[in-house]
Amino acid sequence: MSTTRPEIHCELLVIGTGMAGMAATLFAARRGIDTVQVGMTGEINFASGLLDLLGVHPVAAGQTWTNPWEGIRQLIADQPLHPYARIGIDAIQAAMAEFIDFLNDAGLPYRYEPRKNARVITPVGTLKTTYARPATMAAVDRALAENPPGLLVDFPGLKGFSARQIRAALEAQWPGLRVVRLPFPGLEGELQPERMGRRLEVPAARQQLADTIRAHLGDARIVGLPAVLGIARTPQVWADIQKAVGVPVFEIPTMLPSITGLRLRECFEQHFPQMGVKSHYQKKILAMPRRLDQSFIASVGGKSHELSVRAKAVVLASGRFFGQGLHADRHAIRETIFNLPVYQPADRSRWHRKALFHKDGHPIHHAGLAVDNRMRPADTTGRFVYPNLFAAGSILAHQDWIRQKCGCGLAIASAYAAVRAGRDWLRSGRSTQP
Amino acid sequence: METQVLIIGGGVTGTGLARDLALRGIECILVEKQDINAGASGANHGLLHSGARYIASDPAAAAECHRENRLLKQLAPHCIEDTGGLFAAVAGDDETYIADFPALCQASGIPCKALTPAEAREMEPCLSDRLIAAYAVDDAAIDPFKLSLDHMAQALRHGGRLIRFSQVVDFRIKAGRIVAVMLRNNLTGRISEVHADVVVNAAGAWAGQVADLAGIPIRMRYSKGSLLVTHHRMGRRVINRLRKASNGDILVPGGTVSILGTTSERCESPDIIYPEIQEVDHIIDEGAAMIPDLATTRYIRAYCGVRPLVSSGEDGDDRSVSRGFSLIDHADQDPGLENFITITGGKLTTFRLMAEKTADRVCRRLGICRPCRTHSDPLPQTMDARWTEPGLTPSLWVRKNDPDDMLVCECEMVSQSIVDQIVESIRHQNGEPSLNAIGLRSRIGKGPCQGTFCSQRLAAYLYDRGELTGDAGLRDLRTFLEKRWRGQQPLLWDISLAQAELLEAMHSGLFGLETVDATPQEP
Ligand SMILES: Cc1cc2nc3c(=O)[nH]c(=O)nc-3n(C[C@H](O)[C@H](O)[C@H](O)COP(=O)(O)OP(=O)(O)OC[C@H]3O[C@@H](n4cnc5c(N)ncnc54)[C@H](O)[C@@H]3O)c2cc1C
Ligand SMILES: Cc1cc2nc3c(=O)[nH]c(=O)nc-3n(C[C@H](O)[C@H](O)[C@H](O)COP(=O)(O)OP(=O)(O)OC[C@H]3O[C@@H](n4cnc5c(N)ncnc54)[C@H](O)[C@@H]3O)c2cc1C
Repeated sequence: MSTTRPEIHCELLVIGTGMAGMAATLFAARRGIDTVQVGMTGEINFASGLLDLLGVHPVAAGQTWTNPWEGIRQLIADQPLHPYARIGIDAIQAAMAEFIDFLNDAGLPYRYEPRKNARVITPVGTLKTTYARPATMAAVDRALAENPPGLLVDFPGLKGFSARQIRAALEAQWPGLRVVRLPFPGLEGELQPERMGRRLEVPAARQQLADTIRAHLGDARIVGLPAVLGIARTPQVWADIQKAVGVPVFEIPTMLPSITGLRLRECFEQHFPQMGVKSHYQKKILAMPRRLDQSFIASVGGKSHELSVRAKAVVLASGRFFGQGLHADRHAIRETIFNLPVYQPADRSRWHRKALFHKDGHPIHHAGLAVDNRMRPADTTGRFVYPNLFAAGSILAHQDWIRQKCGCGLAIASAYAAVRAGRDWLRSGRSTQP
Repeated sequence: METQVLIIGGGVTGTGLARDLALRGIECILVEKQDINAGASGANHGLLHSGARYIASDPAAAAECHRENRLLKQLAPHCIEDTGGLFAAVAGDDETYIADFPALCQASGIPCKALTPAEAREMEPCLSDRLIAAYAVDDAAIDPFKLSLDHMAQALRHGGRLIRFSQVVDFRIKAGRIVAVMLRNNLTGRISEVHADVVVNAAGAWAGQVADLAGIPIRMRYSKGSLLVTHHRMGRRVINRLRKASNGDILVPGGTVSILGTTSERCESPDIIYPEIQEVDHIIDEGAAMIPDLATTRYIRAYCGVRPLVSSGEDGDDRSVSRGFSLIDHADQDPGLENFITITGGKLTTFRLMAEKTADRVCRRLGICRPCRTHSDPLPQTMDARWTEPGLTPSLWVRKNDPDDMLVCECEMVSQSIVDQIVESIRHQNGEPSLNAIGLRSRIGKGPCQGTFCSQRLAAYLYDRGELTGDAGLRDLRTFLEKRWRGQQPLLWDISLAQAELLEAMHSGLFGLETVDATPQEP
């Protein structure tokens, strides 16, 4: 059926353009693996851009960790099926370091302290525990410790972001903040962070904004803004505004979809082609038959079959329900591309608890693909389904990234482990046997 | 505080009574432990019965429904969508019941018109091709929120008073009379007293608990019913299954959605109830037999309410359970209370009649004679409840087209100026504009995003306006989402499950709302 369509060959096909898919593609390309990436927009546009590693364990006790690695050690001891236990602490460390180094080199600076979690301010004014955060958000930790006089700025038309709300919620941790609502240079009516970000990439616009802020500065020694400081040129925008305002300026994530996720996406989309990756964005895997020689043939397209990708190995990073790697009807959960076995509660009455914020979290989040220690989806006996299919990201079973605050850490570390196992397979020579 | 009449309970019965008394020139205070329509009146099917559903089980109640249905269509047309209704049977349904249906309707004086299956399917193409019989009746859809809020609004204009979030916790009784009613403010915990000449217990399913505080036993039975809201409207008319009243056999349209229900499950208490997953599945399976699309359509919300049933007999077996309403004048009992009256049971459809009969009693106790006016005076429409109507806010917003009037809720298109008006009307009723109070009075949080985006947009907006201060907004956000979750939790599959995951990713993953202590708002 696919004979008339173009067919491309590769060593590794990465399915997914979320955080796990991006990380897998990055790791594979840097290891010289011939890689094709396919995926729809996915969650990355919605992601906050914060790289959590581990914030909470055990979930039911709500215990937070200052040192994420101590937390991970405890987690591995308590939950030997958690993907972090499969991956191992050394690989998690190596993965995070390599990933963040790449972002820094690629012009999207991130800051972290190797053995310490950080805190950022959220749009509702809570403090979130995370690990690496955009450099533009890094001043928050010190400000929370020292409580300098500060000014929070917001803009009419940016819905869901209220400096007053944040100040009110932060009253105990950072008293004495002042707020001001300022017009946004050159934009009126309803404001989208993306348009605001692009606008501030124009030097005159950021000068104008900085001037207005300075006029309201008073005794403030630090200024907080919603995350709108540019998209592709954030370091420049940020530096110029700080210089013009005269005091440090930090960003607070906005409601989603936010610009911080978009920055990551643009960064990858810009660098991958130079690294030799063939990416097919806004495309789906429509079907995935497997050949006798064990290679997979993916039919790829927007709606109908446009091209075929023949791959010796696959990293499946297709996400959960929102990402569409998993799908549920009234009765059961299934994996959407390969129909792999999905670890899941017995029936729908056990998916969610009756309270949304129940202290134990919801059992459905632990559902997903169980893997062996080479990140290969496995059946109930623990045996891999295909020798050359590896899984990464939130689709993995036995974790709850939402409550454990380990979303991107899990995505990045599992992508690292999956690519490592995939490379071993490709280099072992077995992949070329008929 | 002093008043002639104290009404306990702000459902349709209580608010209907407040208006009835106000129109008779009698002074009253209504106290409600939560907010207007927090009980069954905010958790029902919204069906203005033609009476045909009760022709076999309770002909008297059927005839009562029929009369009230006609009256309300004349006097409160803005609360009603006069859709008309169908009764439809599919292959396998009880043939005797079908055959007896027209004669029983006639016996209760209820108009019904026979249709061929082909005619019925032409009128309602969503009906199954296994249809074997159908009749047209005078059912309609009624908006219980509008109804209660408009009744209360008129009562307030005539000098009535409303005290929300205040619960009756005790009575002081002297020589067979209630001399004081103790109220606890559920937000502050403060206790206050009301002195009234007559006290009316209109607490619906809680009527037994309230009477118990006065030392009077009422044997109550609680019957829980669950309902599902579809993502889009299915059918133009009310569609009933033509069979003995059972589960999952009525679909009621309202604005842009339809409501499918219901169930009847005995429960122990009217307080902690949930629409359960097995009920949801049962309703869908049953409904799909009559309307096949119900098996695959998207549902956006589930909810449940408790029907108060009063058993009058000593032994309290089910046959003695009254299906009509119960008006109990406790002066007539031994031992009695000369100024205490209970009105409970009944239906939304018959609330006006219940209020009328109760007000007659109240007059007798007060020793005055003032005629009822609710069967002749039209119900004025107020602003208070306009925003609950699905589809109304979008058309207004589009018509106004003011770029600075931004949408707070994009699914249901509720704009900032509409929120402003709702806040004003809540303030006018001595309320605090919490997210839940605004949610009750608008479509905010009721669209497909399940409150993911609009909840925080609304919170931010209320902070900007100074309506929220301190960390109240965080608690409010959590309580609002928790409340909406009740209605979502049993329906999480397909797209709704993906949406719920996004909601959690944002509100828990990013905002960490699970660590916010919400207890001060959940008394
Ligand atoms: C609202 C929100 C807030 C978040 N906040 C944080 C945070 O503060 N800190 C943090 O660390 N993490 C956060 N995360 C989590 C993090 O961003 C990642 O979403 C998470 O780790 C899961 O990533 P993933 O790549 O496994 O899956 P997804 O991001 O879901 O990606 C799945 C990908 O697979 C693709 N796909 C699915 N099916 C197919 C198919 N048939 N063919 C082709 N492609 C397909 C999708 O198009 C998509 O590109 C947040 C996520 C969300 C949604
Ligand atoms: C699932 C279901 C579907 C239904 N469908 C229909 C239908 O389609 N058509 C129809 O005609 N009827 C229907 N009904 C019946 C109808 O909803 C009820 O008969 C009607 O709403 C009862 O109104 P009420 O004011 O008497 O009671 P409620 O609305 O329950 O009001 C009682 C109020 O008293 C308050 N209260 C309780 N205790 C105290 C206290 N101590 N102090 C202060 N306040 C207190 C409660 O908070 C509550 O708001 C349905 C009922 C259910 C449960």
